[in-house]
Amino acid sequence: MTELPGDLLYTKDHEWLRHEDDGTVTVGITEHAATALGDLVYVELPEVGQDVESDGEMAVVESVKAASDVYAPITGSVVAVNDDLADDPEKINSEPYGEGWIVKLAPDDEIDESQLMSPDAYQQFLDELDD
Amino acid sequence: MPFIPHTEKDTQEMLAAIGADSIEDLFDEIPAELRVDHLHGVPEAHNEMEISRLMRDRAAIDGSPLCFIGAGAYEHHIPAAVWDIATRGEYYSAYTPYQAEASQGTLQTIYEYQSMITQLTGLDVSNASLYDGASALAEAALMSVRTNRRVKTGLVLLAPGVNPVYEQVATAIAGSQGLRFERLPVDAASGNVAFTQLRDGQNPVAVVLQQPSFPGTLEDVDRLTDWAHAQDAIVIGAVNPVSLALLKPPGHWGEQGADIAIGEGQPLGVPMSSGGPYFGFMTCKQAHVRQMPGRIVGRTTDLDGNTGFALTLQAREQHIRRTKATSNICTNQGLMVTAATIYMSLLGLDGIAAVACRSHANTTRLVEGLTAIKGVERLYEGPYFHEVALKLDRPVAPLLAALAERDILGGFDLTEFAGTDALLVCATETKSAADIDAYVSALADLMS
Repeated sequence: MTELPGDLLYTKDHEWLRHEDDGTVTVGITEHAATALGDLVYVELPEVGQDVESDGEMAVVESVKAASDVYAPITGSVVAVNDDLADDPEKINSEPYGEGWIVKLAPDDEIDESQLMSPDAYQQFLDELDD
Repeated sequence: MPFIPHTEKDTQEMLAAIGADSIEDLFDEIPAELRVDHLHGVPEAHNEMEISRLMRDRAAIDGSPLCFIGAGAYEHHIPAAVWDIATRGEYYSAYTPYQAEASQGTLQTIYEYQSMITQLTGLDVSNASLYDGASALAEAALMSVRTNRRVKTGLVLLAPGVNPVYEQVATAIAGSQGLRFERLPVDAASGNVAFTQLRDGQNPVAVVLQQPSFPGTLEDVDRLTDWAHAQDAIVIGAVNPVSLALLKPPGHWGEQGADIAIGEGQPLGVPMSSGGPYFGFMTCKQAHVRQMPGRIVGRTTDLDGNTGFALTLQAREQHIRRTKATSNICTNQGLMVTAATIYMSLLGLDGIAAVACRSHANTTRLVEGLTAIKGVERLYEGPYFHEVALKLDRPVAPLLAALAERDILGGFDLTEFAGTDALLVCATETKSAADIDAYVSALADLMS
């Protein structure tokens, strides 16, 4: 598995998020999650403008073997969704931290980073899962 | 002897392990009012000899009357080969098998069924079937909510010709899940939708059109489909599969076609047998396939390049998706579908069209005969398929009872549905000219 990008924060549900310059937050799922699901065949995206709550269901990623919810890491509203995933869901497998992003959110409040993990903390979290 | 291998000791050990006092405790989250402690009219247990005798006696009560009742289930000739083949050991199972891919023959049968039903309905994909036409409508309504996510009203508009039993079943299944079913306005002369009274802006999630309608009329499905799509609604066509050999398939209604087609599969080789088992069919546009409930069989190639069949899109289903599944239906009416597949294979589209034409001609003969009787006229004007509503000048129930005395089931009492003394009659290809004439003279006699 490739190294975790250093500029992202991570959740225990294997989502990542990146602070953008415009104050929005880009969210995707980690390589660990994508690999565990297998080749993705479908992504169900939320509507732009939809409100999401921290830990609430936000999207669904589906592989041949399983379908899993993607949870919102923060409370806010959806400002953009990655429409390219409709035709090309496997982008999540090939570039989970790049072209495979899922949504951009506008946070309602200051983000509580105590609920999120740094790359090192997430790596440790993954290592413990393996044990 | 119950077929439960656990001893009392096993049961107690298992209960102790999970901390429950009794088996009853495992069910205590089910409210008392939803529990049934016995079934009315069903005795405790009979042995094989007793039950055979009981069934023979009960079946004999039915006799073999001339049946002119349709109203959702239709008597068609079933070639002897259909059930001879369907009850072979290789086919004779009610379910898709576990380890489904081990049973390539069963999967291929379902695949062929899906191909035939998509052809009949003019849509892209079919599932492996549902329980019956009525529950298929409920599933289609729930599917509309999932696929038409922008509409949050939960409002499903039903054309006036949707079978009232289907509405009851759909309300029972989907009513507690936030769906409301309301009727579109009816035009009294035609029995169809009153286009001039349609209200825009209700924001329905789906509109259901039944063709032919419950009282036998033919809707302007093109116009209604286009209206519904202009309201951003999913269009659900409820159709009789035999009629589709003659009528425009739902996939071609209006500018864009219906989104989902459902219906009762019984006319395709399944005997009426007191109301079941039947099967429901469901097809839809490719765009909605991930929200479609039930099993879907796909064709694929194996590692050696051979054609094979596999259950596909299973991630939507209950055994994988658990509570988030598209439906709690993870099964299909395998045996009924097998019979229907054999029936359709034996008849072909031309054969089904011949059945449809003959049924239409027979119904025309019947209606011409009956409306020649004083006090009988058509309730609605306009074209029909193989079923027609008649308006009578007196109460229908006593007439039907008197006809039954003469071994004629004279039709479905439509009085409650129509709000006037009315009778719904149907003469399929199974009726001879003599049968039809016998009914006409019996009713003429009773009404003179």
